[in-house]
Amino acid sequence: MARYIVRRLLGMVLLLILVSAVTFVIFNVFPSTDPAALRAGRQPTPEVIEAIRRDLGLDRPKIVQFGDYIWDVFAHQDFGKSYVANVEVLSQIRENLPATISLTIGGVLVWLTFGLSVGIISAVKHRSILDRATIGLSLIAISAPVYWLGLVALYLFAPDFGVFGLGFLGGQGSYVPFSEDPLKWAQSLILPWCVLATAFAAVYARLLRGSLLDVMGEDYIRTARAKGLAERSVILKHGVRSAITPVVTVLGLDIGILLGGAILTESVFNIPGIGRLAYDAITRGDLPIVQGTVLFGAFFIIIMNLIVDVLYAFLDPRVRY
Amino acid sequence: MPLLEVRDLRVQFETDDGIVRAVDGVSYSVEEGRSLGIVGESGSGKSVTNLTVLGLTRARNSKFSGEVIFGGRDLLKLSEDELREVRGEEIAMIFQDPLSSLHPFYRVGEQLIEAVRAHHDVSKKAARGRAVEMLQLVNIPEPRSRVDAWPHEFSGGMRQRAMIAMALINSPKLLIADEPTTALDVTVQAQILELIERLQSETGTAVIMITHDLGVVAEMTHEIAVMYAGRIVERAPTKELFASPQHPYTWGLLRSIPRLDSPRNEELVPIDGRPPSLITRPPGCAFHPRCPFVREAHKRIDPELEPVDGRRDHDVACLLSQQTRADLWQHLAAGEAPARARAAVPLGEGAE
Repeated sequence: MARYIVRRLLGMVLLLILVSAVTFVIFNVFPSTDPAALRAGRQPTPEVIEAIRRDLGLDRPKIVQFGDYIWDVFAHQDFGKSYVANVEVLSQIRENLPATISLTIGGVLVWLTFGLSVGIISAVKHRSILDRATIGLSLIAISAPVYWLGLVALYLFAPDFGVFGLGFLGGQGSYVPFSEDPLKWAQSLILPWCVLATAFAAVYARLLRGSLLDVMGEDYIRTARAKGLAERSVILKHGVRSAITPVVTVLGLDIGILLGGAILTESVFNIPGIGRLAYDAITRGDLPIVQGTVLFGAFFIIIMNLIVDVLYAFLDPRVRY
Repeated sequence: MPLLEVRDLRVQFETDDGIVRAVDGVSYSVEEGRSLGIVGESGSGKSVTNLTVLGLTRARNSKFSGEVIFGGRDLLKLSEDELREVRGEEIAMIFQDPLSSLHPFYRVGEQLIEAVRAHHDVSKKAARGRAVEMLQLVNIPEPRSRVDAWPHEFSGGMRQRAMIAMALINSPKLLIADEPTTALDVTVQAQILELIERLQSETGTAVIMITHDLGVVAEMTHEIAVMYAGRIVERAPTKELFASPQHPYTWGLLRSIPRLDSPRNEELVPIDGRPPSLITRPPGCAFHPRCPFVREAHKRIDPELEPVDGRRDHDVACLLSQQTRADLWQHLAAGEAPARARAAVPLGEGAE
């Protein structure tokens, strides 16, 4: 097991170098914007732009720029400085990470609560009206774009301008770090959690329902019933225990993806997270920040993938590394 | 009074293709401590019959009628909670495929302990002791450490032993074994059958052995019921059934298993055709499309299960006359092909 994990971690470093190479090529070799020109003010002279280029180190050969970047990142954990704010990329990410983590954890809890219970009930009441209704509704939930859902939620429930304004909620841009005021933190995040969780809850409900329906046809479920176990423990202890493994796989990946930034949700609710940071950086041509957030996103996905694989060995005793 | 008495049991499933009459008027009984073999091909309704006894076929799309009397109660009328107290405590069941019948994510011991604690309010430790005891009883080596093994660490035979241990852990009055050896190697099959036979004589548990293989039940059951298309077509004490089988389907089953005492050059004779659809049952005798001795009348008249003349405990559902059946079997038992036997014996018009 330990050897397996070490091997995977080495693979992870390789993968991250690859990811940064791809990002580097996308943003530096085929640049959609010239960061120097963006920074040079209105009607700049070519000399000014050239000076800024030199200042940012953009005049060096691309391969040297990339080599330097990789070396700084992996040897010194130095992700460079933002072109715009002139602060360390790493400290910028550190500053925004708690908001993203808050959004992710809360969202995960909300969607697991709803998704899993709906999934179990749908599978147990297979083909009932309840089952058909929830599966139909879940299709709507999956199809609704997050930004639209977010705007609708704000339009309906925002404390300031919502049609049914709920006073206890925080509105757009009301995010407060947990360490400052836990209550306000929760109030500001309730709407984003629910909006973020809607599509995920629907996906998880369908996933668990399908998986549980398969499992409930297994021979060992019949054995459990033949032993005289209560239906409740047949479903939960024997059925869900098996059906949950595919859910865990997907959950790991989803958490990884969200930690890399829930761009849409964070933008709609104006939450200062990684997604927001990346979005702003892209619009401003702030390449170091873009690269940093992409690299962190990839890192979270790879790490969560590893955690899922290790977790699998505990979930399924037949799995050995 | 029999331990279990099934009276005119009918089980139907509604499917998209139509109503499946899986069990179509089956009656049988098992006395305490005795054993009954139920023999038939896949789809003859033998498994559904016994799953229904335990209420394991209850579903939105299934319908039942008849009676299943056990311990003075009709199991078909019990609520799910009442039935649960019967399952695993008074009637236990083991299944065909031991590889998939144990939960892959729980240790063998945990699954045995769970079976005890589903019915008895005992400590985990006491239940574990009982589990070790049972694993020892079914000849699992080093039961004290094997109790903590995962199912995938057991061979197929050991898993079936573990299933038997789990089934018998609460000392049920009746054990239903649904093709317990079909998925196992031949050598392991013999061990498992021997084990079931030994445990039956030691514990006095009654056994219903479901199988498609007459060879399996020949040695170890007191009585055999042959099922075809959801009905019992012949029922007799085991010795009697082998000595003077009455139904052409039983003859087919007997002639499709190899025997040590038959001539070396005798060929095994398969039963032609396939079991009928249970949605559209053939008219008349359900076996008529496959019967080598069919007469015109058999395609219209549905035979009932009736006692064979002179035998109180031997019933058959066949339209051939008893004399004709006796003559035919004489030829078949001598190793003749069905066509030759048919030519040698005048079959008459069919109906008696």
